[in-house]
Amino acid sequence: MKQSQSKRLAEQTEKHKISDETMEYVGILAKLELSAQEQKEASEDMERMLAYIDKLNELDTSGIEPMSHIFSVNNVFREDIVKEQDGGEDTLANAPEQRNRAFVVPKTVDQ
Amino acid sequence: MKLLSLTAVALGTKIRNGEVTAKEAVLASLEAIEAKEEQIHSFVTVDREGALKRAGEVQKKIEAGTLTGPLAGVPVAVKDNLCTQGMLTTCGSKMLYNFIPTYTAEAVQNLERAGAIILGKTNMDEFAMGSTTETSAYGATRNPWNTEYVPGGSSGGSCAAVAAEEAPYALGSDTGGSIRQPSAFCGVTGIKPTYGTVSRYGLVAYASSLDQIGPIAKDVTDCAVILEAITSHDQKDSTSIQRTDVDFSTALVDDVKGMKIGIPRDYLGEGLDAEVRQAVLAAAKKLEEKGALVEEFDLSLTEYAIPAYYVIAAAEASSNLERFDGVKYGYRTKAYEGLHNMYKKSRSEGFGAEVKRRIMLGSFVLSSGYYDAYYLKALRTRAMIRQAFDKAFAEYDVILGPAAPTTAPRLGDSLSDPLKMYLGDIYTVSVNLAGLPGVSLPCGLDQKGLPIGLQMIGDCFQEKKIIRAAYAYEQTRTYQRSPLAEQ
Repeated sequence: MKQSQSKRLAEQTEKHKISDETMEYVGILAKLELSAQEQKEASEDMERMLAYIDKLNELDTSGIEPMSHIFSVNNVFREDIVKEQDGGEDTLANAPEQRNRAFVVPKTVDQ
Repeated sequence: MKLLSLTAVALGTKIRNGEVTAKEAVLASLEAIEAKEEQIHSFVTVDREGALKRAGEVQKKIEAGTLTGPLAGVPVAVKDNLCTQGMLTTCGSKMLYNFIPTYTAEAVQNLERAGAIILGKTNMDEFAMGSTTETSAYGATRNPWNTEYVPGGSSGGSCAAVAAEEAPYALGSDTGGSIRQPSAFCGVTGIKPTYGTVSRYGLVAYASSLDQIGPIAKDVTDCAVILEAITSHDQKDSTSIQRTDVDFSTALVDDVKGMKIGIPRDYLGEGLDAEVRQAVLAAAKKLEEKGALVEEFDLSLTEYAIPAYYVIAAAEASSNLERFDGVKYGYRTKAYEGLHNMYKKSRSEGFGAEVKRRIMLGSFVLSSGYYDAYYLKALRTRAMIRQAFDKAFAEYDVILGPAAPTTAPRLGDSLSDPLKMYLGDIYTVSVNLAGLPGVSLPCGLDQKGLPIGLQMIGDCFQEKKIIRAAYAYEQTRTYQRSPLAEQ
C-alpha cells in the first residue's frame, strides 16, 4: 500500500472511532460476548474496515435502486404436499441437551 | 496405481467399460488420502467404510445397466459445508464439531443419483469465511505444489484434494471467489455457475444472495459434466431457477472464431503481480491466435466491489449465523446463567475470530442508524456493478482476467492483516455480486513454481460461452500435475 493511501486510511480510521457503548450494543445484536482484549481488537478491526468501506461514499448512488437479489423474484410458491420425512429422532440427536423428545433450554421465564 | 491421474470423466469411462471397478477407484483414492493427508490435510472427515460399501452398490447398478452416466462409480470429495446425511458436517467450525445432518444437500444428492461415491468432507475456512483455509478449526490445509503455501480458500480442501490427486473431483462453494481463487492457487479448474443454477438446499448458508455450489476438477470437460449433473430446479430452494440450456458439455468445442473477449483494464492495474499479468495476457493471446477478437476495455467500479461485498456478505452472515445458538445442534458452553448468557457464551466459544469479526461487522451495518449509510449504500453499489457488467456484455461474449492478483501466499502471511486478505478477492467478488458465472483454470506457473489462474466471466446463463472459451484455451497446453500428485 502506498504511503499516502495508508495515511488516508489512518485518518479515516480515526474518524470511525467506535465507542465502547456502540461495541457493547453490537455485541448484544450479534449475541457475542467478547473479552476486554477481544473487544478492543474487534473495534480496531471494525474501525479499519469501516474506513475502507467509506470508499463507497465516493460513488453517487442517488436514484439507484438497492439490489438485494440478482433476479427480481417474489413470492415463490409451491404446492403444499405432505411427505413422509420423520427425522425426529435424528434431529434431536444433534441437540446438546434433550429430554422426552424435546430440546432442553435454560429456564426462560420466572414463575 | 495412477488411476487418480485420470480425469473424472476418463475414470468414469474406464469404470463403465469394466476396466476398473468402482471399488478399485475408491480404494485408490483412500490409499492416496492415507499417503498424503499428513502433508496437506485436505479432509476433515474420510468415510472409508461408507465409501467402500457404496462402491459395491454402485458397481452392481453399473453392471446391471441402471447407472450409465459419465460419473457413475467415480469417487468425489465434498466441501464440509454441504450437508451429508449421517456424515459429520462441520463447516470447519468448532460450532458444528458434532453435527450429523439428517438430510443430504440437493447438489450432492444429484451427484449420488449420477452414481458418485462420497469419499469424505473437505476442509474449508470456517463457515467459508476466508481466502486461505487457515481459519478452519481443524487446522490449515496446505498447497500440494508447495506445502509452505496456502491452497487458497475457502474451498481449499476441495481444490487441494483434486490437485494432490486424492480425489478425482470435488464440490466447492463460492460466495466471493471461494471456488475460483483456490482453484487458481492449486492449479485446477473450478466453475462458479450463474446464481440459482445449482440448488443451495443443504448448503450451510454464509451469504445467501451470493452463495453458489460448483465443480472443481482437473479440466474443463470434467467441470462441464459435473455441473450438468448437479444443476437442477429445486422447489426446496426458492432462488433456484428453472433452466433449459443446461447441456453444458455440448459447449466443449475447440472453436472461438469470432468470439468477442474483453479484458478489463481495471483488472490489469495496480496490485497485480507481474508474472500473473504476463501469464494471463499470454493466455489471451492464445485465444486471439485461435480467432477470438480480444481487446482491453474499461469495466469501471472494480475498486468498489470489495467494500460492497464485505458489507453485504457480513450483513447476510450475521443474520444466517444467528441459528447457531447452542440449542438445536452443535456446541453449547459448559457453564452459563440463563438463556441469553448461554447463547452468548456458546457462540463466543464456538465461533473463531474471523467469523466473529464478520458477524460483528454485519450486525453493525444492519443496525438502525447505520443501515442506510452502509447496507443500502452497498446494495446500490451492487446494482451499479451489475449495470457495468450488463454494459460490458453488450459488447463482449466473455470477460477475461486473472483469478487473483498473486499466486498463493505463504501460510500465516494473510491472517495478520484481514484487510490485505480481503483485497486478494478483487477479481472474484464482483462476479458474485452480479450473479454471473465464472471459471478459473490454470495458465502457467510463476518462478516459485506456484500455479497461476486465468478467470473467464460470462453473462448470466452464459456458462456455455465461458466453457467453450476455457476449453479452447485448455487445448493449447497440457495439464501440469502438482509435485504431491506425482508422489
